[in-house]
Amino acid sequence: MTVSTRGTPPATEELPAGAPKSEGNDSGQRARLRAPAGALPYVLIAPAVLALLVFLGYPLARNIVLSLQQLGRTEMISRETVWTGLSNYTGLLNDDAFWTVVLRTFVFMAANVALIMVLGTLVGLLLNTLGKKMRLLLSLALVMAWAMPIVASATVFRWLFDTQFGVVNWVMRELGFAGYEQHNWFDSGFSTLAIVTLLIVWASVPFVALNLYAGLTTISPELYEAARMDGASNWRLFRSVVFPMMKQFFLITTFLEIIWVFKAFAQIVALNGGGPDRASETLPVFAYVEGMAQMNFGTAAAASVLTILILLAAMSYYFRLILKQEEEQ
Amino acid sequence: MSNPTLIDKAAVRAKRRRSLGRVWPNAVALCLVPVFLFPVYWMFSTSFKPASEVLTKSPTFLFSPTLEHYGTAAGVDMFWTYVRNSLTVTLGAVGLALLVALAASFAIVRMRFRGRKGLVLAVMMAQMAPWEVMVIVMYLIARDAELLNSIGFLTLVYFVMVLPFTIWTLRGFIAAVPKELEDAALIDGCSRTQAFFRVVFPLLAPGLMSTSLFGFITAWNEFAMVLVLNKESEAYTLPLWLTQFQTAFGNDWGATMAASSLFAIPVLLLFLFLQRRAVGGLSAGAVKG
Repeated sequence: MTVSTRGTPPATEELPAGAPKSEGNDSGQRARLRAPAGALPYVLIAPAVLALLVFLGYPLARNIVLSLQQLGRTEMISRETVWTGLSNYTGLLNDDAFWTVVLRTFVFMAANVALIMVLGTLVGLLLNTLGKKMRLLLSLALVMAWAMPIVASATVFRWLFDTQFGVVNWVMRELGFAGYEQHNWFDSGFSTLAIVTLLIVWASVPFVALNLYAGLTTISPELYEAARMDGASNWRLFRSVVFPMMKQFFLITTFLEIIWVFKAFAQIVALNGGGPDRASETLPVFAYVEGMAQMNFGTAAAASVLTILILLAAMSYYFRLILKQEEEQ
Repeated sequence: MSNPTLIDKAAVRAKRRRSLGRVWPNAVALCLVPVFLFPVYWMFSTSFKPASEVLTKSPTFLFSPTLEHYGTAAGVDMFWTYVRNSLTVTLGAVGLALLVALAASFAIVRMRFRGRKGLVLAVMMAQMAPWEVMVIVMYLIARDAELLNSIGFLTLVYFVMVLPFTIWTLRGFIAAVPKELEDAALIDGCSRTQAFFRVVFPLLAPGLMSTSLFGFITAWNEFAMVLVLNKESEAYTLPLWLTQFQTAFGNDWGATMAASSLFAIPVLLLFLFLQRRAVGGLSAGAVKG
């Protein structure tokens, strides 16, 4: 889901709930017990369907229409509609700057997702080996990092990495590194994105770790014991017992993180507005700046359509995984 | 029966081996706790520091706490307007979503109708809707309809943002309520509406609770949409205020961290409370399903 969706539990977890299962025995009973539902279900779903159509369906369609128009400052004022066909798209695809943004987005996403999954898995496995008190303490720390609102933690990270009085520069000086008197962490796109990465990984590892731990508790201890008896090493235990058992979890979580990181917006905008000099823009931020700052709404819409298409590819895998899981249950 | 002492001895040995094996994990965990807590700790500690100790080359870790920064942050012009806006938008969105989702998910779980499968699929996809990538088109739609800087419009947008998740989760909770209970009520002469409100609804209370809290957090934290839609300060919500605050107050990091804390505290508290509640609610739903 959206935004902050960081705060929501994995959609997959509550899937099993038995809706599909109950159906079979339902229908027969209902036919005997109740009059046919008739219009009632449609009345009940109407508000939800209407809301989704108006506030989600229409904007998505309008976005595509917009991407076929030229809409800049002049058109905004004259309120004219200028159709330009696919020229917004060809303009973007022939623009080296756009391809830089695309490449940057993918590299950024891959680095983030890899870090989140590896570290999240390690912390999740760690939780599983800890004693009760220590586990509680670590879970508490994880929950705090998870719960921090993105805008709040971005503000805090700005302060941690402040040029003059930031605690990170102080730590670097204390550790004996030179050049951290007044080091500006936000003076290049790479450095900015590295801090965004730190922020995202810090906030996302708890999600993976806590959910993995929740999943691990369902693996029966006998399986570990048996593998241990057979002399399995830790790595072997993970590869042959934990991973196969939790394969669905890993797949689904990886795709969730891909989608989330790909559309990360608040972190980048709140930390440095996509700067310096547009050098830390990823696709969603690019679309935003192109529209709101450069006033090229047509180009912005085209960039947004392309971004949504890429996201759809990732999502279709994700949905397939979820549907498969639902069928299995 | 086997010899109890032998078994005891084996157990003790196994325990000792396990506790030895726990030294490393514990050490790593002890290092990780401060890593994850530090930003949160630093936010709070800066917010309580006397102004003279905030902007220093070497940070102080011990200080006599003060509330002056909270005074500065909450004393900002229109601070309470932002609080009210945030509460209106969040509570409005979550309330609406609960009502609409309750009806829809009840139909999805307990009734058969054409297009049911399609609706479930649509809800699932809507849950992943890329709102952050749609800010430009939402801006233009709101502008054409002259709904920029409108708290009502923002509420509706947030309502649709949390709606799919709400339907999805409630669907699980409703499915977990045994149908037999409802049927029994019907046989006892309840109407369908009565059966729902007297039997199903009370059992849904924990589910409604955790679902709405997650919706609350989503709407409370939302930033991208309010950033493009509400440019006038009367229509700011707290997250937008926080980012503007930092720009306006420049180097007053004490006040900025106090503002940040004021914004984050409700969510941190909710989350702590939710952690237990949500896990309990969800697993109950899953087991019963």
